[in-house]
Amino acid sequence: MQTGAAPAARPDGRRRHWTRRPNPLAGLGSAVWLVVVLVPVYAMITASLTPRDEALGHNALKPPAHPTLANYSTVLHSGFFHYLGNTVLAAVAVVALVLVLCVPLAYVAVRTRGFWSGAAFRLFLLGVAIPAQAVVVPLYLMIAKLNLYDSLLAIVLPTAAFAMPVAILVLTGSLRDISEEVYEAMALDGASPLRMLFQLVIPMAKGGISTVGIYSALQAWNGFLFPLIFTQSEGPRVLTLGLFTYVSQFGVDIPALLASVVLSGIPVFAVYLVARRALVGGLMGVGGK
Amino acid sequence: MPGVLFFLFFAALPMVLAFCLSFTEWNGLGDPRPAGLANWRKLFDDGQLTQSLTVTVLLTAVSWAFQTVVSLLLGVWAAGRRRNRAILSAIFFVPFLLSSTAISLLFHALLDPNFGIVRGDTLGSTDGAFLAIVFVGGWQFIPFHTLIYQGGARQIPDVLHQAAAIDGAGRYRRFFSITLPQLRNTATTSGVLMVVGSLTYFETVLILTQGGPGTDTAILPYLMYEAGFKSYDFGYASAVASFLVVAATALSLLLVRLSGFGAMRGTREGM
Repeated sequence: MQTGAAPAARPDGRRRHWTRRPNPLAGLGSAVWLVVVLVPVYAMITASLTPRDEALGHNALKPPAHPTLANYSTVLHSGFFHYLGNTVLAAVAVVALVLVLCVPLAYVAVRTRGFWSGAAFRLFLLGVAIPAQAVVVPLYLMIAKLNLYDSLLAIVLPTAAFAMPVAILVLTGSLRDISEEVYEAMALDGASPLRMLFQLVIPMAKGGISTVGIYSALQAWNGFLFPLIFTQSEGPRVLTLGLFTYVSQFGVDIPALLASVVLSGIPVFAVYLVARRALVGGLMGVGGK
Repeated sequence: MPGVLFFLFFAALPMVLAFCLSFTEWNGLGDPRPAGLANWRKLFDDGQLTQSLTVTVLLTAVSWAFQTVVSLLLGVWAAGRRRNRAILSAIFFVPFLLSSTAISLLFHALLDPNFGIVRGDTLGSTDGAFLAIVFVGGWQFIPFHTLIYQGGARQIPDVLHQAAAIDGAGRYRRFFSITLPQLRNTATTSGVLMVVGSLTYFETVLILTQGGPGTDTAILPYLMYEAGFKSYDFGYASAVASFLVVAATALSLLLVRLSGFGAMRGTREGM
């Protein structure tokens, strides 16, 4: 660096705003992306309000002549709440399972430097790359042998297992940020490892823990393959699979289908409005470490 | 450790099992019967594997390029602290709130020749179907990766930019000489997630194109699904799956190597 002078050297007094000058190219780019994001959303909402008999040959960009909520009531009467309930139940179970299994694991991986903890950590690192699709056939066999086929557990257990690698990565990252001295201080006070886990690690790693919670909840929410293959009947059917079955049920009734898509987005959208900060901040953390 | 056992049982053991099952013949009922190398021979003999593999790699590469460019630019832009940017990034995030299934259904409807906003039979042509899958995947996941890049860009210390500005570097020069190199680790994380994620375009393919037209968009996971759960040829499906594991692992190892990234240590080195 050549200049030793302080940034204040600029005569126009704008030095604090050097990042804030408008950037027309970037502004244009983000406006384009805004259109890309909003047009499908807009088309989806107008189409879902279009009466069935207007739909054929209808241009999805034009608002309907006679808007109706009939499509929504059709969907709501086709098991929507049942599917939603199953999804929520599965998501809660997956999050609980992942946290109970991963927090102690990450704690051990960070605190101990043995061969086995290193090996376990590398196993999970490699696990990030395993696509769930690669193992559904043997999992199908195992689930059947365990008598879990066609139950919610058949979805929850493998979903949780496949959320673990990323969970471990995020958690070990945030646990490493706790400084060694704090552990030592607690150890001097005679705290047991278990007590350290509950009184130090969990409170200090709150950020990482919420990231992992959000991430695994999203996995469960988004999951399609495991429900498709491990369940069959109406009982344990989750929302993604419910949407998929609407395709055959509503057939060419595109407005009803889109109404079901809109409805499926509303619960997460509501969560997003309430917990935007936590959600966005948490997901930012996935890439941070 | 119960966590390790759980993971081994539901993720690692099945991988080994998949490999074993690939040497058997099994229709989903009864017990698998040994079949020697028959499935593997079938896999390498018919042209389907080569085609699927090509489509999978191409889809991964094009998606990666598309998503990286857009989310990098959006993320860096959104990292600035203007009010309208915060509002816009909130809107940008909306697609990520829908599940892949919902998004695939949405675009299936919007691309319908009799209904949609794009006229013509997009999904009926090979290139159209391929590009549709790339676009739909991007539409869903770019918000997520934008967020990752936004987080990364915020971590770049302001001093670096200030110093460069004083040295007379313009906005674009700063972007290429400071922002990009500083985002290297972020790009790796996001890239690995994109590559692994593009293998999960399974539901997009299933809903949008069913692997069609013909088998032109049948990516490996879809090929596996069709062989197993539609034709009940689980031995062959397992062979495809084993191949998928090898390909995915090789791909991520390569990616990790290329970026000289190792075991996720020292995020701050070189600063």
